[in-house]
Amino acid sequence: MKAWRSQLGAELRLTARRGDSVLLNLAIPVGLLVFFSLVDVLPRPPGVRHPVQFLTPGLIALAVMSTAMVSLGIATGFERQYGVLKRLGSTPLGRGRLLTAKIASIAVVEVVQVAVLVLVGLALGWSPGGPMGLAVPVILLATGAFAGLGLLMAGSLRAEVTLAAANGLYLLLLLLGGMIFPLSKLPTALRDVARALPSGALSDALHGALTTGSSVPVRAWIVLAVWAVAAPAVAARLFRWE
Amino acid sequence: MATAPPAVEAAGLTVRYGSKTAVDRTDLAAAPGEVVALLGRNGAGKTSTVEALEGYRRISAGRVRVLGLDPQERSGHRALTGRMGVMLQRGGVYPGMGPAEALRLFASYYERPLDPGELMARLDLEGVAATPWRRLSGGEQQRLSMALALVGRPEVVFLDEPTAGVDPGGRLAIRGQIADLRAAGVTVVLTTHELEEAERVADRIVIMSRGRVVASGTAAELAAADPGGARIRFGAPPGLDAVALGQEMEAQVTEDRPGEYTVARAGDPAAVARLTSWLAGRNLPLRDLRTGSRLEEVFLQLTAGEEDR
Repeated sequence: MKAWRSQLGAELRLTARRGDSVLLNLAIPVGLLVFFSLVDVLPRPPGVRHPVQFLTPGLIALAVMSTAMVSLGIATGFERQYGVLKRLGSTPLGRGRLLTAKIASIAVVEVVQVAVLVLVGLALGWSPGGPMGLAVPVILLATGAFAGLGLLMAGSLRAEVTLAAANGLYLLLLLLGGMIFPLSKLPTALRDVARALPSGALSDALHGALTTGSSVPVRAWIVLAVWAVAAPAVAARLFRWE
Repeated sequence: MATAPPAVEAAGLTVRYGSKTAVDRTDLAAAPGEVVALLGRNGAGKTSTVEALEGYRRISAGRVRVLGLDPQERSGHRALTGRMGVMLQRGGVYPGMGPAEALRLFASYYERPLDPGELMARLDLEGVAATPWRRLSGGEQQRLSMALALVGRPEVVFLDEPTAGVDPGGRLAIRGQIADLRAAGVTVVLTTHELEEAERVADRIVIMSRGRVVASGTAAELAAADPGGARIRFGAPPGLDAVALGQEMEAQVTEDRPGEYTVARAGDPAAVARLTSWLAGRNLPLRDLRTGSRLEEVFLQLTAGEEDR
């Protein structure tokens, strides 16, 4: 337990120390939330009066994706390249506890991200409603799906390739994610693809869970659940520790 | 010593990567408290051997035991993690973490760790205690890797090229740690491609070539077993009449490099007396007179023809 707690502390300190992860996990989602709430240029779904109503759930989705996929993938990729994962495998910590410490550190970062985004959203006039408790299982499923994708890259590609691929995927899924503008604005074919991706399903689900008078679409639950099982399973199969 | 079960043992160890055989039916044993050096050129199979013992490499045939446990098996490996120290050939530390933080983290993994501050002092890392790994020099990285291998008070330590890329001062610090481990009864298995390193730190040297053990023993035993036989070597002015001297010595004389000669016979006192009187008769100076064979030649002969990649 002592080893596990120290490992969690180390994971969190390293995350906080990496400028890129602070930028990606906090500065970008908060910045987008503030900017597009105040500068009303983005389309929003019919019936939504203020942009912050749409943007807060969307940017919580972006924050979860940044932490679980991009930040985890890049950090793990470099740890693999530097032989850290290999070396820790021959300590009493072991691979199992290393993995659970990483998962716990993601959860801690997500709690901080959600808290900050909720507070900033509220300050900008966001009034949440709907089946809000469902946001927790939605975020858990999405974290599993994105962590699977991040570890899939980290465990099978070179660290520099993972860095590029994770950032590229981040941009793609941001644009196809319904996070800063609704999926309904996309062309039909693209929208169907977007809804089958974990990013689109996550933002649909969070908009459903956090908006008065709405609910989490069944399709979003199914898409998230499939990704949450499939991505970690493929990652576990293809992951090379060194 | 002869009756104590070995702390580290490999029997018929074979490691294959696809169709390539990296380690071929290797036998190896280190008694408790013994320092054994695996000596060989790059690609000789040293790292694969050590990594099979550490449990990183799947073995294709044979068996390995560390402290009586099987590192290839999950429960054996788990039980060993708290009792063995590992220094990888490179890396193994978070790139953004400095020595103090890394040592404190690793210390937390073990039941009864050494004090990180004391270890940093012993390996001369105090001046860079907060410098991230990626900004440490090669020698500092190696010394930190060594400290991380020791922090859990291991009973067996595996060091893969511990002094590669380390400056002379750092080498002394690392060799000093190995001597301390030996004095404390810790078993050490290390790899090196430098003969001098093996001679200095190891009780026993195991020479590997193309995946196989080609010789093993103490440095003196290996030198005595020179497959080319004993020699007399000496230095004198260049251009001696090697044919005339050869007739006098009843053996072939060669000038290996200008002013450095080898007589192809054993250096018994009578032979040395003939050589010195021949030189004295011509009023020639003599320097660096040596008899017997050198470990270096044994090593070069045993590993001849291998590509040093």
